Amino acid sequence: MSALVRLFDVSKRYAGTAALHSTNLSIERSRTTVLIGPSGCGKSTLLRLIIRLIEPDSGRIDFGGEPINLDNIDNLRRRIGYVIQEGGLFPHLTARANVLLMARHVGKSQDEMRTKLLELCELTRFSEKLLPRYPVELSGGQRQRVSLMRALMLSPELLLLDEPLGALDPLVRASLQKDLKEIFAQLGQTVLFVTHDLAEAIYFGDEIVLMNEGRVVQKGSVTDLRERPADPFVSEFINAQRGIATL
Amino acid sequence: MSRANESGNHKARKAKRSCRLFLVSWLPDFLLIFSCIPFFLIHSSSAADVVIGSKKFTESYVLGEIAKRSLTNAGIPAEHRQGMGGTIILWEALRGGQIDAYPEYTGTITQEILKTDRASSLAEIRASLAKFQVGMTEPLGFNNTYALVMRRSEAQRLGVHTISDLQKYPDLKIGLTHEFLNRQDGWRPLRERYALPQQNVVGIDHALGYAAIANGSVDVKDAYSTDAKIEQNDLVVLDDDLQFFPKYEALFLFRLSMRPDAIGALRQLEGTLDEKRMVRLNAEAGRTKNYTAAADLYFNVEAALAPRPSGRSGPSHIGESFPHKLARWTLRHLQLAGFSLLLSVIVGIPLGIVASRGGPVGHGILGFASIVQTIPALALLALLVPLPFFGISVRTAIAALFLYGLLPIVRNTASGLQDIPRSLRESAVALGLSPMIQLWEIYLPIASRSILSGIKTSAVINVGTATLAALIGAGGLGEPILSGLDLNDHVTILQGAIPAAVLALLVQWFFDLLDRVLIPKGLRL
Repeated sequence: MSALVRLFDVSKRYAGTAALHSTNLSIERSRTTVLIGPSGCGKSTLLRLIIRLIEPDSGRIDFGGEPINLDNIDNLRRRIGYVIQEGGLFPHLTARANVLLMARHVGKSQDEMRTKLLELCELTRFSEKLLPRYPVELSGGQRQRVSLMRALMLSPELLLLDEPLGALDPLVRASLQKDLKEIFAQLGQTVLFVTHDLAEAIYFGDEIVLMNEGRVVQKGSVTDLRERPADPFVSEFINAQRGIATL
Repeated sequence: MSRANESGNHKARKAKRSCRLFLVSWLPDFLLIFSCIPFFLIHSSSAADVVIGSKKFTESYVLGEIAKRSLTNAGIPAEHRQGMGGTIILWEALRGGQIDAYPEYTGTITQEILKTDRASSLAEIRASLAKFQVGMTEPLGFNNTYALVMRRSEAQRLGVHTISDLQKYPDLKIGLTHEFLNRQDGWRPLRERYALPQQNVVGIDHALGYAAIANGSVDVKDAYSTDAKIEQNDLVVLDDDLQFFPKYEALFLFRLSMRPDAIGALRQLEGTLDEKRMVRLNAEAGRTKNYTAAADLYFNVEAALAPRPSGRSGPSHIGESFPHKLARWTLRHLQLAGFSLLLSVIVGIPLGIVASRGGPVGHGILGFASIVQTIPALALLALLVPLPFFGISVRTAIAALFLYGLLPIVRNTASGLQDIPRSLRESAVALGLSPMIQLWEIYLPIASRSILSGIKTSAVINVGTATLAALIGAGGLGEPILSGLDLNDHVTILQGAIPAAVLALLVQWFFDLLDRVLIPKGLRL
């Protein structure tokens, strides 16, 4: 197993409060790593540090063995897909234009783009007929599928998902969870998935990283967390959600 | 959950090319539409060979019209720019070459232009003016001095015949034109000379002042001794028993560089107008509001002596039909408002983009634009006039309108960009789009509604404010409004005011249509 992303002593403070204490972490290739923890535990901060939406105060992040810095970040961003809770689709562009936006700018040919687009529609189970629609004309689930297509358009090595299903109603959510898992498996995709829902973490996570108050508390499989908790907080967190998780 | 469900019941809509490049494709069109305007404006002042200016009162209009007719009769294309303003505006316009000649009075020349206290001979005045490359005709034949007037009934009741008699009645209300109030040979030295005790002195427009004195709002006002309204309103001129007022002999000032045959044509007018005749022409002009007809009256009498050559007339506005005049005013109005708006857009959007990033520079830009907006439009015009590049010109009007139109565009661009949700900004960044592409293809289109509404606000403000441009002779629909105000003629005022209001509504409507074209469809659903 080799790590695609490595964090070395990365930390971030906001207005004097530590959002992320000095953290070391590796994200393994072809696996789904889930970051979980209560609100404000630093899981989204960690994700945003990797794609450099925020600058770390200290430490280093390597991507494919290469340190991420401001010079190479634009190139690296094209090798990373990013999906957020509300989809982040541009309202003035159709679903098609949203998906193709970046491909157009890196100079992909029309044929190449069309082929890839159809492939993605198939993969994400998104009807081609809906491609000319604007985001406001799509349902929440459809928007997330488009957002996922946009993230996968350039065949990224890493897919970052920041609570991608958080705003969906339970039925749509369940359907998308199933589809997503299939997609990840089919593509052998390296995924870093942020959620606050333990059931979702267990469903997706080859590896679960539990965070609290800006620190990684424990990293391992769900069995590790359940049976060998590193900290009383781990048991507390798991027990608090168990009722829901077993439903 | 099936895909069929998920797709919902939205109608499939026709694919339409996105408006991602809407600004890129739109700005050049805009530039194209307006690119012809600067040329027009640059050349506008030289549409005729000779441009005659006049001040904002009936006699000056009539003299301007007579001069124009005299020139066109001599086969020289001439234009008359009516009622450009007061002495300083006309003098500056003459020196700046925006006009070639205008009617002036000897007293005004020595007091206001040359600023000498002692009485000068005509030869001395002529020598002083030559230093400014300005020439002067001989007097036309009448002395239109300042005078104080009262209602005849009131004067008789109080027994006031001379200005000195006013000392006995400190409660009289005095209404004076703004120019007379501030002139070096105006109210202040007059009050000192006569030791006048009145405290109730107000500034009032000359034409409105006649209405005020007629209805008793004021008891004494300033007037010109050849003013036809003195008779019409049954007023009496108070005798200047201490000989305070200097002589105000009418003549023409002209640029020495003006074509010699034009100077010759003006000089033919020397000594041809006595006071009685001028009063008659003024009365005719005041009665009919038709200065061309009043000038006709002058030339009809002349015609008996010397038959008028029937050569072609220059590009004149004589007998111009109302629709034609309206078209001319409206066109100029749209040019003023349109060109200044274009500048506001070109400068305002980039400033708005910078301002949206906040920081000291951003606050500075918004602060500056807000301060400009708080200056009354009239004051802004007045502030620009003394600056070297501006003066009495269309440039000044456009610059003032441009500054005025800036704030709504800057503010709306900045707020439109600032209102874009963080999630969308971060999505654009995370995709790896370059900052320029983020701005052009993502941020500006999303902010387009706000930006366009700023432009719409500016356009409506500019159409309204452009009426003030007529104050500095820049034309537009303000021209009839101002001359109407000046002559107390409601019909003329409405000829400008109604089209200006309609124009503002049309502009509003046009921009509502433009919204549908320029705001990306995805933002309008």
